[in-house]
Amino acid sequence: MSELSVKHLLGIKYLNEADIRLIFETATQFKEVINRPIKKVPSLRDITIANLFFENSTRTKLSFELAQKRLSADVINFAASMSSLKKGETLIDTVNNILSMKVDMVVLRHASAGAASFLAQHVDATIINAGDGAHEHPTQALLDTFSIQERLGDVQGKKVVIIGDILHSRVALSNIFALQKLGAEVKVCGPKTLIPKHIKSLGVSVETDVKKALLWCDVANVLRVQFERMSASYFPSNREYTAFYGITKSMLDALDKKIVIMHPGPINRGVELSSEVVDSDQAIILDQVENGVAIRMAVLYLLAAKK
Amino acid sequence: MSQKLLLSAKDLHIILFRLACQLKETHGDFAQTLLVGLQPRGVRLAERLLHILENEHNISNIQLSKLDITFFRDDFRRGDKVLNANDNSMEVGVEGKRIVLIDDVLYTGRSIRAALTAIDSYGRPEEIQLLTLIDRRFSRHLPIQPDFCGRQVDAIQNEHVVVCWEEEDSEDAVYMVNK
Repeated sequence: MSELSVKHLLGIKYLNEADIRLIFETATQFKEVINRPIKKVPSLRDITIANLFFENSTRTKLSFELAQKRLSADVINFAASMSSLKKGETLIDTVNNILSMKVDMVVLRHASAGAASFLAQHVDATIINAGDGAHEHPTQALLDTFSIQERLGDVQGKKVVIIGDILHSRVALSNIFALQKLGAEVKVCGPKTLIPKHIKSLGVSVETDVKKALLWCDVANVLRVQFERMSASYFPSNREYTAFYGITKSMLDALDKKIVIMHPGPINRGVELSSEVVDSDQAIILDQVENGVAIRMAVLYLLAAKK
Repeated sequence: MSQKLLLSAKDLHIILFRLACQLKETHGDFAQTLLVGLQPRGVRLAERLLHILENEHNISNIQLSKLDITFFRDDFRRGDKVLNANDNSMEVGVEGKRIVLIDDVLYTGRSIRAALTAIDSYGRPEEIQLLTLIDRRFSRHLPIQPDFCGRQVDAIQNEHVVVCWEEEDSEDAVYMVNK
């Protein structure tokens, strides 16, 4: 009988390889559950979960909510736009108010890096990080690596390139940690202005030529350009970004192997990926979304088991 | 810790043949029947019965599935143990089928209750029966009784019934272990 080594899911950084493998094994079982005629199990029927989204999200929120409902948990949702935060309440006060309503777990998305860790230290509930600023987005990295394992059999020894806006991306950082813990080789690729200065200290290599990166890799995880997080100009124009870093079908056809294309969504069609690539059989973007529910069910289940 | 032999390999084989006969009497050609072994220990028993039905009674095309009840158990978050799940293989639909749930030991009945709920999520069977190798009578927490039973056993609470299979444990036998 194995269990997670952590009480909260704050980042991939705090998980070990056995934790990730346990989450994958459990997610495989939940994937079977969500393909049954009745896609619900009673495991979390005595648990109440609050989804606190201080930052906008569509698929992560839907995916978490669906995972919670499939596990029979009671769910309350909170969006910052409708909250008393605008009236000056602090994060801890907001969360403690919600916890007084007998909530057992909190799924938190926040624009500040470290918000989830901060909450975990100050409130009495299991915290799951659903994205904190440009820091971590652990469930996304878990579902990405799970999808790679599903498509290629294993993550160990695979070459994965993360392409795009690495600087503003929590998906990139969590993916780097997860891929390395599972034994993959990681490269990042993008314009120099969008690659953090000290990224090499994480043990990843850097490439600025996307064609070379594609030639090297087994899997390309293509990130969205996060216009909303950019406070300065990091590249001249969208068209120029697409000309240098956009991936087209002809670029993939020119390779001597069939690489796997991933994207955490939402996609800017025609910017980082051409429509033809998005809809091709090399893209596993929709598998990632399906696996997202199974992975989140596994995380909720395994954390709830820790009491 | 002491252990007492409840069933030798020979006893076990006689019982398995008898259970297979009883199944055949009730289910005929098994056309509408689905055998469901409960993970992990009931699956081996189900496979053994299937083997006898196919080889001794020449019945082919009997359908066998594996059901894992982990997510339906009522003791999640109540014990010290985390409950880890096993594979399900329920590719054959249960709608309108005559189901035989198969498990090695029937004790409190809670696993069977979980299995009844778990089966529900695959559809509505015509009927569900229960076959167990060992029935620990007088220890039920729920009103659940087997339709087919290998052997009834009286055991006190700190006694444990262990079913060994040659494929996994290098011998066919059933022991009563006192902890």
